[in-house]
Amino acid sequence: MQLTLWSYEGPPHIGAMRVVASMQGVHLVLHAPQGDTYADLLFTMIERRGTRPPVTYTTFQARELGSDTAELVKTSVGDAFERFKPRVLLVGEACTAELIQDQPGALARGMGLPVPVLSLELPAYARKECWGANETFYQLVRGLLKPRVPEAGRHPEPRPADRRPRANLLGPTALGFRCRDDIEEVTRLLASVGVDVHVVAPLGATPEDLLRIPEADFNVCLYPETADQTCLWLERMFGQPTVKTVPIGIGATHDFLDEVGRIAGIDVADAKSPISSRMPWYSRSVDSTYLTGKRVFIFADATHAVAAARMCAEELGFAVVGIGTYAREFARDVRECAKRYGVEPLITDDYLEVEKRAAELQPELMLGTQMERHIAKRLGIPCAVISAPVHVQDFPARYAPQMGFEGANVIFDTWVHPLMMGLEEHLITMFREDFEFHDSATPSHLGSGGSTNWPAGSESPGSESQAAVDPADMPVSADASTITWAAEAEQELKKIPFFVRGKARRNTERFAEEQGIQTITVETLYDAKAHFGR
Amino acid sequence: MSGLQTQDRASAVGDGLPVVTRERGQRQVFCGLAGIVWLHRKIQDAFFLVIGSRTCAHLLQSAAGVMIFAEPRFATAILHERDLAGLADCNAELDRVVAEVLERRPDIGTLFLVGSCPSEVIKLDLAKAAERLSGVYRGRVRILDYSASGLETTFTQGEDACLKALVPELPQLPSGERSLLVLGTLPDVVEDQFARLFADLGIGPVHFLPPRRTTEFPSLGNGTKVLLAQPFLGETARACEARGASLLSAPYPFGIEGTLGWMRAVTEAWGVTRERLDAVTAPAIARAQRGLSHHRESLEGKRISFLPDSQLEIPLARFLQRECGMDLVEVGTPFLDRRLMAEEMRLLPEDVRLTEGQDLERQLDRLREDRPDLTVCGLGLANPLESEGLRTKWSIELVFTPVHGFDQAADLAELFARPLRRAALLRV
Repeated sequence: MQLTLWSYEGPPHIGAMRVVASMQGVHLVLHAPQGDTYADLLFTMIERRGTRPPVTYTTFQARELGSDTAELVKTSVGDAFERFKPRVLLVGEACTAELIQDQPGALARGMGLPVPVLSLELPAYARKECWGANETFYQLVRGLLKPRVPEAGRHPEPRPADRRPRANLLGPTALGFRCRDDIEEVTRLLASVGVDVHVVAPLGATPEDLLRIPEADFNVCLYPETADQTCLWLERMFGQPTVKTVPIGIGATHDFLDEVGRIAGIDVADAKSPISSRMPWYSRSVDSTYLTGKRVFIFADATHAVAAARMCAEELGFAVVGIGTYAREFARDVRECAKRYGVEPLITDDYLEVEKRAAELQPELMLGTQMERHIAKRLGIPCAVISAPVHVQDFPARYAPQMGFEGANVIFDTWVHPLMMGLEEHLITMFREDFEFHDSATPSHLGSGGSTNWPAGSESPGSESQAAVDPADMPVSADASTITWAAEAEQELKKIPFFVRGKARRNTERFAEEQGIQTITVETLYDAKAHFGR
Repeated sequence: MSGLQTQDRASAVGDGLPVVTRERGQRQVFCGLAGIVWLHRKIQDAFFLVIGSRTCAHLLQSAAGVMIFAEPRFATAILHERDLAGLADCNAELDRVVAEVLERRPDIGTLFLVGSCPSEVIKLDLAKAAERLSGVYRGRVRILDYSASGLETTFTQGEDACLKALVPELPQLPSGERSLLVLGTLPDVVEDQFARLFADLGIGPVHFLPPRRTTEFPSLGNGTKVLLAQPFLGETARACEARGASLLSAPYPFGIEGTLGWMRAVTEAWGVTRERLDAVTAPAIARAQRGLSHHRESLEGKRISFLPDSQLEIPLARFLQRECGMDLVEVGTPFLDRRLMAEEMRLLPEDVRLTEGQDLERQLDRLREDRPDLTVCGLGLANPLESEGLRTKWSIELVFTPVHGFDQAADLAELFARPLRRAALLRV
């Protein structure tokens, strides 16, 4: 048993639902007890889809357990087929059904339906959502294409010289992070180097589209968490190479185009900046100087985490102080990445552990999932979401890709905005202790009423009389409680700009603890500053 | 009316009660675990530990909808493959997880072990586990168990199962004493309003179950009159009756008529005169009438359908029809307890289409044919119906929002009026 307050991933059948909900003409019959239908709301409320996912649940109850749940499966399969007329029917079971062992897949296959019936093995007590999506997509592609696999050793026909190279974009799903916009951006990016997108799957695809996958020259594994198995199989069976670079960030986008050029046998040299991106200039502008060395903790799916680390380090001038993932299947990528930045990787699906690490690191920015938004809010740390699982605000109405050159622009804005704005931070340092320009003054853009939503890491802008207790202002480690602050040191600490005060306090206490100092004086404060100064 | 399977009379033909049609098929309802989402907000020193699968954890997270920006007082002990291998191991695991929870939350007064579909199927005996753990933590924390599995419960029935588990814990009311016990989770503000009204009527002592803190358990005995504030608490009511309490038959306190009828049942039992009741409730009723008049305009003559979800459907339909002038197209309820619904059924029009259970696709077919002005349904269905041009109201809001009593009558009507008002405003 594992104690879980919040979880990063649902059970594997949710992954299966993400794949079928992405597609047209596919229907899933899920053997599941009444109550498991809650899953519909993920799609209709969080992603705000206008249609129910194409899933029929058997919704068995206790009274059926005594009689015949197998009959219920058959009725449900028959009814679902009659009503929805899918071109492919998938059959799977949720955790409780797995225990009663009705083998719904075999039952459905025995019904002689005139369409392919694929049975999904979704071990609910061993696997999770991403695995379920990856497996379902693989089973679907494999199930449909297996009869068309060429004889061993037969290589695909070379591309005719007069035809532009064609690529499949594989992996985007319902409930993924910005998949809809990434597809558009990557399609545009590929077009700019003369590559056509042939099939996008599973998002928006039909079973017939899946049958057309082998006609492309190569596959782009856009979201490895859901498509790496499929890409691997296509590579093995159809000799279709895979582009593995995920184009998130300026550097990665260039690498992506290079890889596409190499695999498609085309020259991409002239087209390396097909769409001008403002991001490199914004990042170089004087205003961004304040971003230098901002300490960032990243926790997400592996793909987005690794991409984010590179952007942080190379494109935004941040310091990666921590990185981790909940996706154990891809832990190796994150471990390698952590080594590159000299930090300890955190591989866990326990959000309490992530919270603990965040509290220890006290980063200036967290990049993560919906859970990290939750953690960051509690700890008073600015945060941006970079990966699923996400919430309704991560399905914006506007165009907001993460991939390609426009994606880099979007990311610059969304990661930088939670931090204190550029020159503002310098001004506060320059004008510290100014009578109307101080940490408890209400920021001008919030009006006279003030707000409690002042960027985290800061003191609440209300008056001192509120005795606002701010997380950044409080001692963080338990050991620190044995160390006391002299009154004048406490006063001096207050002169330090509020957005770095928490760090100053923490560093000073750590320094005092290391030096065996019981009472922190003004001297200790400045000694610590010199010690940790960067 | 296509696809209705069995029809039966609620009672003899010609008795003026509506016909109930039963449906069996795919159902679209939350399971009882969802009740934890409001129960843990109400019982402030309780912690709910679901023994279940990753699906249960995921359900709770999704049913809570938005993340709660405080650490929730519920969690899931997720069963893994090795737990399924042997039950002895499972109990040891459970003890470890419970220790972990209690270490993390020393402020917990009562810990509920909540059974789920998988724990029920593998026959994990949580009653025995609760007994064992009670021995370990005696004097420090009370450990109780109940099942809220989707095999046994739909949505609000989870609260019934939870409250039923509390009944044996209630101290004995000394014989010769009497008291009023109001059953059902009410927002504190509503509870306080009712307490004031009962006090003004000279009725007391009045207790509420669940209490805000489990250190405030009311006593129960022969002199206890039980009054239901929620229509889905049949099992809890029966458990109270088994301890000698008697159940007051009343409509539910939604709208003016329901609230007045609900209070009247108590005044009659306490021998308070009708004049006194009228005098005490008159100001609140006048306020409620003023408030309701604002919404009646947008609701009057509008057609409404209820898909089965919370078991609040029948009392709400009665309120919307009789006090707001709406037309009832179909009233679906997941489960109909005729005894608890007796007073409400009498107030429904005889020709209303009343369905119990669900066959989802067929019900949606009827809905598309009916095209009511407003449909009350669960979260999974609301947006798809909106995209078909049907206006909807999420039923879950009706269990979270203060909607009981005179002073909330207008708020309750507003919940239904708002989607209609919005539809009239939008030009996109």
